[in-house]
Order: sequence, then C-alpha cells, then structure tokens
Amino acid sequence: MSRFVKPYGDTLDDGKVQLSFTLPVEWSEAADEAARQLAVRMGFTDVQVADGRAIAPGFSFFVVYASTPQAVDLEGISASSARTHAMTMEEIDDFVIERIGRKIRVAGACIGTDAHTVGIDAILNMKGYKGDYGLERYHMFEAFNLGSQVSPEALVRYAKEHHMDALLASQVVTQKGSDIKNFTALGELLEAEGIRDRVVLICGGPRVTNRLASELGYDAGFGRGTLPSEVAAFVAVTLADRLRPAALR
Amino acid sequence: MELRIDRSGVERCRALAAKIVAPVEAFIARHSTVSVERAVLRLLGVDGVTGDQVPIPNALLDAVPAAVWNHGVALAFGRALAETGLDPAPLGEAIAAGRFSLEQFSETPPAAARGALRPYVEAALKRIGGRREVRERKLAELPQLPPPLLYVIVASGNIYEDRTAAVAAAQAGAQVIAVIRSTGQSLLDFVPFGPTTEGFGGTYATQENFRIMRAALDEVGERLGRYVMLTNYASGLCMPEIAAMAALERLDMLLNDSMYGILFRDINMKRTFVDQHFSRMLNARSGIVINTGEDNYLTTADAIEQAPAVLASQFINEEFAHRAGLPDDQIGLGDAYEINPDLEDSFLYQVAQAQLAREIFPGAPLKYMPPTKHMTGDVFKGHLIDAMFNLTSVMTRQQIHLCGMLTEAIHTPFLGDRALSLENARYIMNAARHFGDEIVPRPGGIIERRAASVLQSCETLLERVAAMGLMHAIEAATFADVSRTPDGGRGFEGVFERAPDYFNPFEEALCLTATVS
Repeated sequence: MSRFVKPYGDTLDDGKVQLSFTLPVEWSEAADEAARQLAVRMGFTDVQVADGRAIAPGFSFFVVYASTPQAVDLEGISASSARTHAMTMEEIDDFVIERIGRKIRVAGACIGTDAHTVGIDAILNMKGYKGDYGLERYHMFEAFNLGSQVSPEALVRYAKEHHMDALLASQVVTQKGSDIKNFTALGELLEAEGIRDRVVLICGGPRVTNRLASELGYDAGFGRGTLPSEVAAFVAVTLADRLRPAALR
Repeated sequence: MELRIDRSGVERCRALAAKIVAPVEAFIARHSTVSVERAVLRLLGVDGVTGDQVPIPNALLDAVPAAVWNHGVALAFGRALAETGLDPAPLGEAIAAGRFSLEQFSETPPAAARGALRPYVEAALKRIGGRREVRERKLAELPQLPPPLLYVIVASGNIYEDRTAAVAAAQAGAQVIAVIRSTGQSLLDFVPFGPTTEGFGGTYATQENFRIMRAALDEVGERLGRYVMLTNYASGLCMPEIAAMAALERLDMLLNDSMYGILFRDINMKRTFVDQHFSRMLNARSGIVINTGEDNYLTTADAIEQAPAVLASQFINEEFAHRAGLPDDQIGLGDAYEINPDLEDSFLYQVAQAQLAREIFPGAPLKYMPPTKHMTGDVFKGHLIDAMFNLTSVMTRQQIHLCGMLTEAIHTPFLGDRALSLENARYIMNAARHFGDEIVPRPGGIIERRAASVLQSCETLLERVAAMGLMHAIEAATFADVSRTPDGGRGFEGVFERAPDYFNPFEEALCLTATVS
C-alpha cells in the first residue's frame, strides 16, 4: 500500500520548506527576484523570499519559504545500512563483557597511498567525532590505528601477526577508482591468506556505502557522518553472532 | 568583572610549571631535529624542489649521514658557501642536483664557515625584522576593531578559492583569517612547495600560499581601513620550518602548542619539544602571536572534568613560551566553549573558566575556541550555542575569538555560514560590549566556587606532573587520557644529539639579541 508524504508546515500536505542560500551577486531587488526564480526553477511553488541581503561585496544571502509539489512513497523506500545497533559506549562495553568476555582487537588504516586519516582517526582516536568517543577510549576494545599509506599487504600481515578481530580500511581519495582497487585487494589478500572469515571486515570513507561494501564482499561499509559507536556496535554484535555456537544461531 | 582567586595558588602553579619545564629545556638544549636544520637552511635562502618534488632543504639533509647533522647542517653548508662562492639558493640546487656533496667541503675551518654564513644570517634577520616593522606600521595606520578579534577559517583546499572566501569574510567583519591545513599535513616531514589547489579539508601550508593570502589580505585591509591578520599552523613535524616561512611572509599568528602534536597527532615528544622551542624563538623575533591548543583537551573528553588540565596546559605552554623568549603579549593561550549545553548552569561554568584564565594570564591575548563537540548538524541550536559562546567571550575579555559556525559538524564553512557567524558575533559583542564591566560575580557563588575548584585541581595535577617529570607524566596518560612514550610516535628518527661544536647561527643570534634586549 502506498503512503505518500510531503513536508509539513502547518497543514497536512502543504509541502512547506525553508531554504537558504548564497548567490554570487551584488544584492538588489533584482537579486531577490533572481532568488525567487531560482526556487521556482527548482520546482517550488508559492515562493516567498523572506530575507535577501548583501553579506559581502558581490555576494547576497537569501532565506526562502516555498512549497514543493513533490511527495515520496514511504512504502517504496529501503536503505541498506550497517548503522543498525544504536548503543552508547558504555552499553557496547557491557555488551562485549557479557557476550564476548574479552577485549575486541581492531586495527584500522588508510590503505594504499591515501594519506587522509581524517575518517579512520575519527573512528579510532580517543577524540572521536561529534562528541562520540573513538574506539581507543572503549574499555573493551583494543584499537590499533596504523595511520596512513598502509599497503593492503601490511594490513593483512598485521592482522595475522596480532590476531585482529576486526579490520577497518579507510579510503578518502577516490581518484580513478583507487579506493575500489585497494578495497578489493585487501579482501582478496585476506581470502588468499585464509583469514577472511576470522575478521570482521569493514570499509569506510566519504564515498562508501553499505551497498558498495556488500558488493565488495565486506561485512559493512560506513559513509560520511558515521559515529565511532556505530562502528563499535556493528563490530561487537557481528563478532558476538559469529562466536555463538552454530546450533544457537 | 573580577573573581576573587587564590593568588598564592596561582604563584605555586607558575613555580610548578617552571619546575616541570626546566628538565625538558635541558634536554632541548642538547638536541636538534631535522626540521630545525631545514628551517636554518630555509632562513639562509635555500628553497625550491627537486625534479621529484622533494623540497631542497629535505634533499640536502637526506643526502648526508646523520653524523653531519650532529654538528648542525649550517656548518657544512657554510663550508660549502665558502669553497664554492655560490649563494645559498643556487648552492642548494647544485647539491640537490648531485653536482656537489655537502661532505666534500672539509677544508674550510669552522670560523671561516661561520663567516661565510654571516651575511645570509644577517640578511634573514633583517628581512624578518622588516616584516615585523611593516606589521607595526600597518597596525598603526589601519587599526583593528576592538577585541575580541573575530577570527574565521577558510579551508577549501584551493588557495585561490580560499582567497575569495577570506576577502569576503574580511569584508563581513573578520579580523583574522586562518587557512586550515590539508588533513595530514602535520604528519608530512616536509613542507610542500608552490601554490596549491588540491587539499582535503584544508589547504596546504606552503610559502607561496602564504604570499598569495598575505597580498590579498593586505589589499582588502587597505580598502577597509583596518589591518586583517593571517594565521597558519606551526604544528606537526615541520613546526620550525613553518615558523621560518611565516616570519619571512609576515603571518601574524601561528597555532603552536608545546604538547598538542604529542598527544593528539602521536608525534614523538622529544621531536615536539625541540621543534616547539626553535619555532617559538623565531615567533618571538618575528612578532607572531602563538595560539596554543588547549581546546583539544575539551573536545576529546568531558569539558567539566578536563578544566584543570586546560589550565595546567596553559601554565606549561606559558613557561615553554617564556623560555623561548616570547613575551606575554605574544602568547595566545587557548580555551574552548565545550561544556555540554544540556547541563544546568553550563553557561556559568564556561564563564568561570574563561574569567579564570583572563585573571591568571592578564597579559596574554587569550584564544577562545567555539563549540564543536556538541554541534550536531542542528544549525538552529548551533547558532544559539554560538551566541552564548560569543557572550562569554566579550564579557570575559577574550582576545582572539574563533567564530563558531552553525554548520559545524556538517561541512567546512560556506561563505554564507561565515557571514551568519560573523553577524552573530558582531550583534552579541556589540549588544554586550561592557556587560562584563557592569557585573560582579556573587562572592562564594557558583562561578567563583567553580573557578576556585579548577585552580585547586590544576595545582594538584601540576604537582603530580612535577613529581613524575613531564615526559613520564605524558607516558602515564596524565594529559587527555593519552599515553605516549618518550621514544615512540612519529618523527623520532629526526631527533639527534648535538655534537660539542654544534652550530645553529640563528639560534645563536636570537639568543644573543634576546639577552641584550
């Protein structure tokens, strides 16, 4: 059964939205009109430019209210996500104590030639992201941040030698498909070494989706805005599942 | 406003900071690093890159064994100057191209090597002094608006886009522009070269990028009738080199912390301690105001709990800065508005912390950092939290005010975000300009009690650090719950002991003039 929804202002299906944007033009009445027409071209109706003003020479800022004729069918929506086990750091630590009974060992790295550690640092480093602490801060995780420019070979070697439970591979640079190549290489090496099933394998980066991760044979993929606790929860739950005797699964 | 604080407690904290820093200074005096040596080469006039894009200062250092470093690369370079008769720039290129080796010049006695260096050392110091004079003259001609100085960041990755954003921000009221560096630059053991148009989450700090931004800000400053300051980062593995480049290109501020890299970037502590010292000596000479990074303690852990660590770090940063010759008015100690906004009376705790720093460091241009940790993408609430931050800043007379962005945690600021943020700050600061002068915190009230307890806990913390020694205290995770070992972390291989005849002509010149003045 279909269930269409539109934005709600003060009446069902009025479709009201607020927009704000900057145009690279000097402010004038004509600039206001340009903002209005732009909103119309975006498909909005009842466009009201509530505020338009100069914010710098050559730049104007607008606040616009308008209605959208568009609606979406909630029934037709599915999104693949690994961010499904909402737990706090404390809850995750408790879960690990109860269900796994030892610390989880996680290694992460920016693989290939990528030197952008912003993603892996956000997940692993104490500091975390958006007030959500990184895995280093968890009592029940031992997190090893191998940093940038780690070859897939080195990460696999490290995982073998140090008995990792989970691997986080990060790719920020996506030029010429380098991210896919590196992710694929890592997965294949783990298979070749016969340890793919021993680790929870996760990829991350601003362009990564969970859908992409499953195509690559990874257990999960995390994209922009991922919180460390979401990754920690996924690793803990997945590992606990794997460690359960087969008969109980 | 004024808090009644335990002045004897403050004195004890300062004495403890001196006790903590003294043994580290002794270590610093016996060591140098590859980045210090490269900064020396840069100051002498060595610049550019090889065909493989290796900066020539790196190429020169990499081409000789560590045994040469121990004497100070200047000595070998001075001999080469004397024997080839070349200027530093072509000599550097020739050595990098393999036409000479730094080791082949062994004939010249040390005194002659020093003599060959002298004109270039003098020229560099003259150039740095000249930059400083230009700043002073411009500040007199084009006075800034009253503090808090509104500071915004640009971070497009492309220096030319940054320039557009910086000029627009200045016109919207910004008084200080910081160009955020590309993620990961702090971990590069070299400084990239030339103008750059690709970066991630920021723009590479290069000398050419400094020049491009300086020229743009000077131009808009002239037009606005007020000087617009330029900021970058002397942090990471290349602190001294960035300080040298900033001195040559008249930057006005540099982020520069004695412990940030150790704790939050896993840079080796010995490397950081030695590097921060020489970089601060250069900052002192160039008139650059340092901004320390205490905000990081608050973003990584609970801001209420970490308040004493922030104060302790401010004391330690101040002591290290004084030891490198920085006067109080060049020490922008950091703090941040990071207490959970949902906490009852969170605003009072913020005021207590900010005012405490104001009274303990009366001569320091305090750097106040905006909320980031509790910014969620809810731009409306974010704008309100930023307003409370702006109010705290103006009422406690903070000096360098990094404007919070309503889109924090979403993206690097859009041009429109910056304008809204500046508007917010200008409105609040204008509306509450003299609010701080009009109020007296209730004696024995929440604010005063909170300030007293932070100061007391800070003293306890400093006592513990003094007893352990700073390096071991860091190893024992005393700061930010992060443990780093003395020989661990990045860049340790670039730290070396000085031979008895070690020579750094700039250190010598700066020490000499510092004593004279």
